[in-house]
Amino acid sequence: MKNIPISAMIGLFFTGLYFLMAILAPWIAPYGMAEIVGDVWEPSSSEFLLGTDSIGRDLLSRMIYGGRTTIFIATAATILSFTLGSVMGFFAAVSGGWVDQSLSRLVDLIMSIPSLIFALVVLSVMPTTVPILIILMGLLDSTRVYRLARAVAVDITVMDYVEAARLRGEKIGWIIFRETLPNALSPLVAEMGLRFIFAVLFVSTLSFLGLGVQPPQADWGGIVKENKEGINYGIQAALYPAYAIATLCISINLVADWILTRTTSLKGGRG
Amino acid sequence: MTVPLLKVRGLKIGATAYPPGEKPVAIKIVHGVDFDLEAGKVLGLIGESGAGKSTIGLAAMAYGRGGVEITGGEVWVNGRDILKENLRNLRRLRGAEVTYVSQSAAASFNPAKKIMEQVTEAAIFQNKFSKADAEARAVDLFRRLGLPEPETIGKRYPHQVSGGQLQRCMTALALCPEPDLVVFDEPTTALDVTTQIDVLAAIKEAIAATGVAALYITHDLAVVAQVSDHIMVLQQGDMVEYGTVDQIINNPQEEYTKALVSVRSIRHEEKTPTDNPLLRVENVTARYRGTNFDVLKKINVDIHPGQTLAVVGESGSGKSTLARVITGLLPPSDGTITFDGRVLNPALATRPVEDLREMQMIYQMADTAMNPRQTVGTIIGRPLEFYFGLRGKAKQKRIQELLDEIELGKGFQDRYPAELSGGQKQRVCIARALAAKPKLIICDEVTSALDPLVADGILKLLLNLQKIEDVAYLFITHDLATVRAIADSIAVMFQGKVVRYGTKSQVLSPPFDAYTDLLLSSVPEMKIGWLEETIEHRRMESAGN
Repeated sequence: MKNIPISAMIGLFFTGLYFLMAILAPWIAPYGMAEIVGDVWEPSSSEFLLGTDSIGRDLLSRMIYGGRTTIFIATAATILSFTLGSVMGFFAAVSGGWVDQSLSRLVDLIMSIPSLIFALVVLSVMPTTVPILIILMGLLDSTRVYRLARAVAVDITVMDYVEAARLRGEKIGWIIFRETLPNALSPLVAEMGLRFIFAVLFVSTLSFLGLGVQPPQADWGGIVKENKEGINYGIQAALYPAYAIATLCISINLVADWILTRTTSLKGGRG
Repeated sequence: MTVPLLKVRGLKIGATAYPPGEKPVAIKIVHGVDFDLEAGKVLGLIGESGAGKSTIGLAAMAYGRGGVEITGGEVWVNGRDILKENLRNLRRLRGAEVTYVSQSAAASFNPAKKIMEQVTEAAIFQNKFSKADAEARAVDLFRRLGLPEPETIGKRYPHQVSGGQLQRCMTALALCPEPDLVVFDEPTTALDVTTQIDVLAAIKEAIAATGVAALYITHDLAVVAQVSDHIMVLQQGDMVEYGTVDQIINNPQEEYTKALVSVRSIRHEEKTPTDNPLLRVENVTARYRGTNFDVLKKINVDIHPGQTLAVVGESGSGKSTLARVITGLLPPSDGTITFDGRVLNPALATRPVEDLREMQMIYQMADTAMNPRQTVGTIIGRPLEFYFGLRGKAKQKRIQELLDEIELGKGFQDRYPAELSGGQKQRVCIARALAAKPKLIICDEVTSALDPLVADGILKLLLNLQKIEDVAYLFITHDLATVRAIADSIAVMFQGKVVRYGTKSQVLSPPFDAYTDLLLSSVPEMKIGWLEETIEHRRMESAGN
């Protein structure tokens, strides 16, 4: 673990911090998630580090629990979209022909509808539960991953080593997972950092619009929504989630950059 | 003594390498080279890839490509040290006093501009000629270089002329501003052998007519012997030997030079064909999907067990397509392929695994033929696992045996392809093919991307393995020297047809058909004056007709 550049260290530190807070939320949050403990919009004090929110709940606790929800949903959705998108993308590229054509056109069809509108329509008829949110975001995002994975894999499948594998008689599973995937990993890892952040923004947007995580459960988008009136009175409460999202975004991308340089080494990624 | 046009003293060139995840390292490319070049003379720089020849060539323009830096020494052009000049003065030097001809004309011309505009650009920019004069000069050069329709060829776009013609246009481009020195960086390497001879003759004539001095960079000693006055042999950034062409070719002093001169001297006694060919290609015709012409037209060839069939031809003659048809990657539209007494299914997907195992393939570019994320052990081990179900110790033992067979030895199993040299990579590819215990190996230009000495090693290895394993080769190449070294029988291909086919001695002895004659006589020989003789011979023949 030596030779980690300073930028990656910063990224790792903040990413680790946010994920730890998300995992350990019930133990580190000073108050309960929906516990009303003080007055409306109290300023920060030793009692309430970030002050209180629009109905007197401790904002720090809300932020910690909110991060837990937001990060969990975003992580799960990203994993889903990557597994689905990259496997389908590789499958299309390796198979070629009509399989590739029909999958790609289907993805085009889904992508032609703006994903926010799509999500709003689906969520207005489906119950807005966390699993539904995850599946919906995962499916919508997997179309983007599919396009990238397919584009990368199309370049790889024309290489002689893939032809050599075909001539050997290898099945499609070997060609996808052993020949294509290791060589497509770098761009996918870079994309993963970005996609995760988009997932955070997406779920926050949905919550802000009232169709995401439902109160009283906390999440970053919801905190903005609940406290947005406070901005008129010079109260910062709605801005904390914005700071959190920004720092998380930057640190995740610093880590992704570092992983990218490590994995592009052709000596097996040992650096 | 006259002041030389180009005087290089103690030239040192370095670069910075950036291994991923590690600190940048300074590497030395050229360690102190001295030479002089007088006006009107041609100096050949010869060496293997990585010898620093191109880097030295560019240093004559005080230029270092892509992070390459000139770290020491002096380069005097026309009596001034150009390494001390500022960029402004260098702009006046480059393209006026010193010009450059690159290896790939196709990649160097701007595809969006007409040839004439690009050929005259430097001459006009440097205020050497007015636009009209420059164009008149260009037309004159086009004529000298033997280009068709010299008056109007400049009005074409780069893609509208052939590769050999474009390379000659590039020579015109370099000569147009009346430079004192031209750097030719492998100008004929990317061309077919029948085209190379014309371009070579054109360049030589143009150099003589304009009285320009030249640095001629190549890895082919036979080529440089035709055009140079002096030759400098380089190896890994050091000068090995310097002398006149006669001294280097006929009386080399250093071991390395001797090896270069005697390259491709492998002799191979041809075997007589058997009654039962291993592979029989009958009346095979093939075309690519979506095209309307046949790439292969009624091909008939046999390969006998344990013997080598060489398929020779220029690019576009259908050699590689023949390999694709045999392997099943491109099912033929007509004809049959019989392998070991059974008719092969046309398409790859429908062939039984046993058929796939018995026919293996080695590629031209070993770099792209191996998965960069797999170790040598995995690459060689996979066929063992796949075809024979070998696991664990038995697999490891067999991998080591194969590595010994390809003369690599211990310590290679855990390396990645990026950690191997070009020749070692090709050896690993050979081991992968051998691992399947095939009866036939298709070798597609396996030595073309390698340096001559390394290529020699690979050919010797292939011949050796043939003796041990009794495997047959289908050897695709454009290089006749390779064919002489390895073939038992030869098929000459031209525009999708086999124009000449038989045992090596039959094919290589007269009377020749027109194409085979052209092909055979175009291969540069390591003999001074070969170019003139051949050109003269051709002139007389065409006059006789």
